[in-house]
Amino acid sequence: MATVVMTSLDSKSRAASRGLSDIKIRNLFIIPTILFLIVFNIFPLIYSLGYSFTDFRASTNAPATFVGLQNYRELLNDPFIWANFAITAKYVIVSVTGQVVVGFGTAMLLNREIPFKGLITTLLLLPMMLSMAVVGLFWKLLYDPSFGIINYALGLGSFEWLANPDMALYAVAITDIWMWSPFVMLLSLAGLSAVPRHLYEAAAIDRAGPFYTFFRITLPLVAPILMIAIIFRTMEAFKTFDLAYILTSQPTTEVISIRLYKMAFQEWQTGRSCALAYIVLIMVLAITNIYVKYLNRVKER
Amino acid sequence: MAAVQTRSERALNRVAIAAVLIITLLFLAPIYWITSTAFKPRNLATTIPPTVIFEPEISPFVKLFTKRSQLRAAPEPDDYAAAPWWERLVFDGGEKVVRSGRGDVQLSGYPNRFMNSLIVAITSTVLAVSMGTFTAYGFSRFKMKGEADLLFFILSTRMLPPVVVAIPMFLMYRAVGLNDTHWGLIILYTAFNLSFSVWLMKGFIDEIPKEYEEAALVDGYTRLEAFFKIVLPEAATGIAATAVFCFITAWNEYAFALIMTNRRAQTAPPFIPSQVGSGLPDWTVIAAGTFLFLLPVAIFTFLLRNHLLRGMSFGAIRK
Repeated sequence: MATVVMTSLDSKSRAASRGLSDIKIRNLFIIPTILFLIVFNIFPLIYSLGYSFTDFRASTNAPATFVGLQNYRELLNDPFIWANFAITAKYVIVSVTGQVVVGFGTAMLLNREIPFKGLITTLLLLPMMLSMAVVGLFWKLLYDPSFGIINYALGLGSFEWLANPDMALYAVAITDIWMWSPFVMLLSLAGLSAVPRHLYEAAAIDRAGPFYTFFRITLPLVAPILMIAIIFRTMEAFKTFDLAYILTSQPTTEVISIRLYKMAFQEWQTGRSCALAYIVLIMVLAITNIYVKYLNRVKER
Repeated sequence: MAAVQTRSERALNRVAIAAVLIITLLFLAPIYWITSTAFKPRNLATTIPPTVIFEPEISPFVKLFTKRSQLRAAPEPDDYAAAPWWERLVFDGGEKVVRSGRGDVQLSGYPNRFMNSLIVAITSTVLAVSMGTFTAYGFSRFKMKGEADLLFFILSTRMLPPVVVAIPMFLMYRAVGLNDTHWGLIILYTAFNLSFSVWLMKGFIDEIPKEYEEAALVDGYTRLEAFFKIVLPEAATGIAATAVFCFITAWNEYAFALIMTNRRAQTAPPFIPSQVGSGLPDWTVIAAGTFLFLLPVAIFTFLLRNHLLRGMSFGAIRK
């Protein structure tokens, strides 16, 4: 089948007799990229799959010993690892929910005649373009219990945000919401502006209430694009590292990426960390799969 | 009846505008605060209540770029007169401070890290965008078996968590001596941005009518000539937008830089937070470093504003 397609392509092209054939050009253009990604993304993953079955420690010169599935068995039975996953799940839920509420709410407000709409939208988008590490750093200044502007503005006195184990994860999530609500807003706005006007007009003629109009017209039509935003943010929040790592060092904010980083580069349990990396990887790929399915569905519309 | 409705609608609109303004101000407040801190005298940076009105100073930036041990005492008049002009711009708590009238000025770690960030971000952007444009053209114009699977594979590499990839890459780089080098980071960032670049450029190239090239082929161009002379100029805007996105991603990246570099090739994101250290950090200097680092991104965001939606959705949503 493939060959049929190729030959037909080749014969159709009048350029085939001059210069390179289309198939050659296609291969020349595509293969280097595929190779590059295989060498620098897939090969390392195969390499670490091998190490995940050993007790290798990169800090010593001792040769790695094969231990079979021991790393995986121990990790999956380790209540501390599950605690890290639970923290990650809590973080994902709090921060993605916050982003959807703030982002979608702002988009609803912006979806009307507003002076300087373009400028306001651009200004609102600024936070998500900034470096997460540097944002984390300057939010430390904002959260400072003694001279932070947040405590001053809210009249909280010397409330501890980051040093308080119960509050720290929420503080990280609030910063994440500040950064990424604009992303949800941007996508929602695109969805909202695509809702045909005549549907609202028809609803008005039928004297439909605002709730009915929202739940029966607006929400169903925006849902696919909002879903893209939610899945994408879920995936990113699940992988989160920079913000939490820079803002606090509380055990209550040790999301799975931070645990993985510490296991690999501070405790130097290389073999074990490769096994944990694989467990995380499988979860991320599962979410990616859902994401791409949705992306394609929206594209086809 | 109708008049009542429009009046209530107008009131609703006014409430919405007010709400949007408040939200915008809230969102910009953190950025305003870090920017204003970068120009504050040190003694006004951490006051309660916060200082909003002050006379801006340039000393945080001089301190940022030069190595110095903090001197509290007022300088000797001779030393002050002999000091270079920028040293005379440095104040501490409103008092004149000069390190010393003589001796070489040593650069701090910051300019070096800033340069590293530029080198790594620019090189990886050029590589990712050029490879990405070729590949996107390949996918856009030629049919292929398993095209959807290949595109999914390319996208999925972007979704890999950095720490997961960093563990084996660290070991491999250590084996070949690429740890703490520019090329080590450039390769990682190119790989990271490549998938993004392919997806985004494919969207842009799909929009260029095939008829343009076909006409050129009839006129005797080869496929390659048609690509370089017809398609590339048409795709220029898309290439620029993709490049800016790739640059910002590489510029902002933290986890790989933290793990793979420590001194020679270290970029600004892991360096700036490490300045906080222990004890009492000078927040004006940290704010100055942050401000300079965020400035290019802020400028690029304004240039990109019409393409943000497209970039953020990997080219899925066009506008």
